[in-house]
Amino acid sequence: MTVQKNSLSIALFSILFGLIVGAIIMLVFGYNPISGYVALIGSAFGSMQNIGGVFTQMTPLILTALGFTIAQTAGFFNIGLSGQALAGWVGSVWYALSFPDMPAYLMIPSVLILGTALGGLAGAIPGWLRAQFGASEVIVTIMMNYILLFLGNDILQNTMSKTIKESAETTKQVGSNASLQVKWLTDITQGSSISTGIFIAFIMTIVVWFIMTKTTLGFEIRSVGLNPDAARYAGMSAKRNAVIAMTMSGGLAGLAGTIEGLGNYLNFFTQNGSPAIGFDGMAVALLGGGSYLGVLGAAAIFSVLKIGGLGMPMTSGVPFELVDIVTASIIFFVGARYLIMVMQARVSAMDEKAAVATANKKAANTTSKKDNSHQKGGE
Amino acid sequence: MTESTPVIEMRHIVKKFGDFAANDDINLQVQQGEIHALLGENGAGKSTLMNILTGLLQPTSGDILINGKAVQVDSPSKSDALGIGMVHQHFMLIDAFTVTENIILGSEVTKGLSLDTKTAALKIQQLSERYGLQVDPYAKISDISVGQQQRVEILKTLYRGADILIFDEPTAVLTPQEIDELITILHNLAKEGKSIVLITHKLDEIRAAADTVTVIRSGKSIDTFPVAGVSSQALADLMVGREVSFKTEKADAVTGNTILNIKNLEVQDSRGIAAVKDFSLTVKAGEIVGIAGIDGNGQTQLIQGITGLTKIQAGSVVLQGKDITNKKPRQITEAGVGHIPEDRLRFGMEIDMTLSENLALQTYYKSPISKGGVLQQAEMDKLANKLVSEFDVRAAGIDVLAGSMSGGNQQKAVIARELNRDNELVIAAQPTRGLDVGAIEYIHHRLIKQRDAGKAVLVVSFELDEILNLSDRIAVINAGQIVGIVNAKDTNKQELGLLMTGMSLADARAALKEEVDA
Repeated sequence: MTVQKNSLSIALFSILFGLIVGAIIMLVFGYNPISGYVALIGSAFGSMQNIGGVFTQMTPLILTALGFTIAQTAGFFNIGLSGQALAGWVGSVWYALSFPDMPAYLMIPSVLILGTALGGLAGAIPGWLRAQFGASEVIVTIMMNYILLFLGNDILQNTMSKTIKESAETTKQVGSNASLQVKWLTDITQGSSISTGIFIAFIMTIVVWFIMTKTTLGFEIRSVGLNPDAARYAGMSAKRNAVIAMTMSGGLAGLAGTIEGLGNYLNFFTQNGSPAIGFDGMAVALLGGGSYLGVLGAAAIFSVLKIGGLGMPMTSGVPFELVDIVTASIIFFVGARYLIMVMQARVSAMDEKAAVATANKKAANTTSKKDNSHQKGGE
Repeated sequence: MTESTPVIEMRHIVKKFGDFAANDDINLQVQQGEIHALLGENGAGKSTLMNILTGLLQPTSGDILINGKAVQVDSPSKSDALGIGMVHQHFMLIDAFTVTENIILGSEVTKGLSLDTKTAALKIQQLSERYGLQVDPYAKISDISVGQQQRVEILKTLYRGADILIFDEPTAVLTPQEIDELITILHNLAKEGKSIVLITHKLDEIRAAADTVTVIRSGKSIDTFPVAGVSSQALADLMVGREVSFKTEKADAVTGNTILNIKNLEVQDSRGIAAVKDFSLTVKAGEIVGIAGIDGNGQTQLIQGITGLTKIQAGSVVLQGKDITNKKPRQITEAGVGHIPEDRLRFGMEIDMTLSENLALQTYYKSPISKGGVLQQAEMDKLANKLVSEFDVRAAGIDVLAGSMSGGNQQKAVIARELNRDNELVIAAQPTRGLDVGAIEYIHHRLIKQRDAGKAVLVVSFELDEILNLSDRIAVINAGQIVGIVNAKDTNKQELGLLMTGMSLADARAALKEEVDA
């Protein structure tokens, strides 16, 4: 309980400090920070289309952050979310385009499962290497990001049949049988690229929360992550749990990639670098402080900043890049949580001293009343 | 003597952590040349008080006077400057360095750009002769015994000019012989005018070493009085706040079938060296077998081998006719082995999980706690509440983090979990390490109750009192091999102490007889 409360206050302080750093930079460069932030908020919530954009941004971030949190709970640092997402994205778009006539009620579930499985496989490999040979999952996942990035581009450029490609660099758009966009959502949000993916993300948050806190599997993953020796003593298999946790982690990233492919872009195109959703997801998870509700909140804040930032240059002249400074500063302060904790401890120590001083004074004044108050306490 | 200015005076020390007062108006006066024992249960506030004296913690209120002068000890370096030195329970030495290098670490004498170890070694030599602390200044730490390492720690404080030496549970890691030597050293130091604070909960040592004792209970100083003429019983009662029974009452063992049969076991340590060699032992139903030995003679590997945490190289372990050699930990647990591990924080519990979750650590996957892989929180809490009341585990609730509980209650929780499963064999490694008299009494009582219920119990301990108190039979281990197996009734501390050094039973008995004759 206290841990969660602590994470929440750290997150809130980090956001506050991040915004202050942003404001200082705006001042230094001659912009008005108030109008800058007003423009940011105004643009993020200014139109239904932008609100839709916020949700579109949020969707993959929630999923990758959940994935990161699971791996972290098991004691792993999964930097490979990007590559795992890409595996899901390429695979799902390729599959969807290959079966244009499959009815939606078959296509949608099967393509979601496929994308998740591909991401899961991409996560399972470093998990297995770690469990079996002690290979650092950090190094392996970083390297696998490159492998999957270039493998994805290669499949697009050299393996996919010309019939499903728009150009050498882009696939065709997936058909309505595989698209996760639905008319009523698109209409409400004035044509934003929001999709039912957001609901999948919400559902997965509940599913992951349930698995991690309410099942024996989650119990094992937590035990192994917190103290592998005690877990082994209690008969849990650290290896098995390493593979399972990394598979789940990669699976969620794969699902995020699938939703990017079938909900947001509706196609796949040559990637110049690993998709940002993997890395932003790590930041969201860190800001969320290991709490599943925290992940939702953190994803919302990041998305508001991103979408709001796009509108800032037009209304207040503040360049878009400022938003990146704000988000980077927020993450910096989450990382420097120790700094915040020390500050909080200082403040509470001061409070305590003041409280003791006043208590001493009171005690001196009210010794005669003591008996009364004791009786009251007893009742 | 009481008229002179005390070297240390701590007045009305209060230290609060949130609402909890770890020190609640403690008074302590230590005179020059005195050995002053600080006696208290675990969590009584001894360590907090000493951390305040050495500058690691700041008191919420209260005053500290050194030689009659009020001081602010706001950092460890300040305490150093005031001549206060601490000999920690866990030595802070670098294995690959020599004695001299360790002692001068942080206050190196230099000659130009190079270290002047010669001058330092000479000074160390003089100090060790003066106080009777024999140790070779040029020996490497990894090559000297634990008792000698402790001397290095003591020399370290003397080298820095400490006049006040604080010893934190100094005998926890020593053999009986080494303990006697340490007590002589303490007397030497006091004779030379050093003032000594001895933190301990071992009553015999207080009576052997200390001049004065201050008893601390629940953060309050209860009383200070001269040790001479006070019985251990009186000290224990004062410390715990009620009457404590020392002799663990137990009837003669009624043994049944052989439960555990270990044959020619060999287990290697992490470096691949055989730590347990050709080890054979049986434990019958209804008896407690104690394994006595100095720390590091293969006890850890023996237990890890039996419980499946380390691979067995050769030999076999049979439980009730069932071969459990090199089986997985869970298979061994399910075959009927309860294991109270030596290192409860590393193996025994998940300190970042709740008490309730910890109590379910061995049964979480079975009905009724798990239903189709879904945890039944209500069942888990029901079990926890039952165990907490049955085993008198004191915590602020079953939802507190295990790491926030006191050592004694953590251990009670581990024992509750391991005894509750009605195991045929219970292996208890260091079951009372670091615990106070009250908790020790309780844990011994539970282990004997287990024996009386017709179960087999295997106890490993470095404490001879514990081994002698609990065991029906005692196996002494040295360098991974059994030196001798004796009935608890026919042996004593001296004999076991000699066996622990590797002497054979015949030689030990002859040596002791000679001593008596002389």
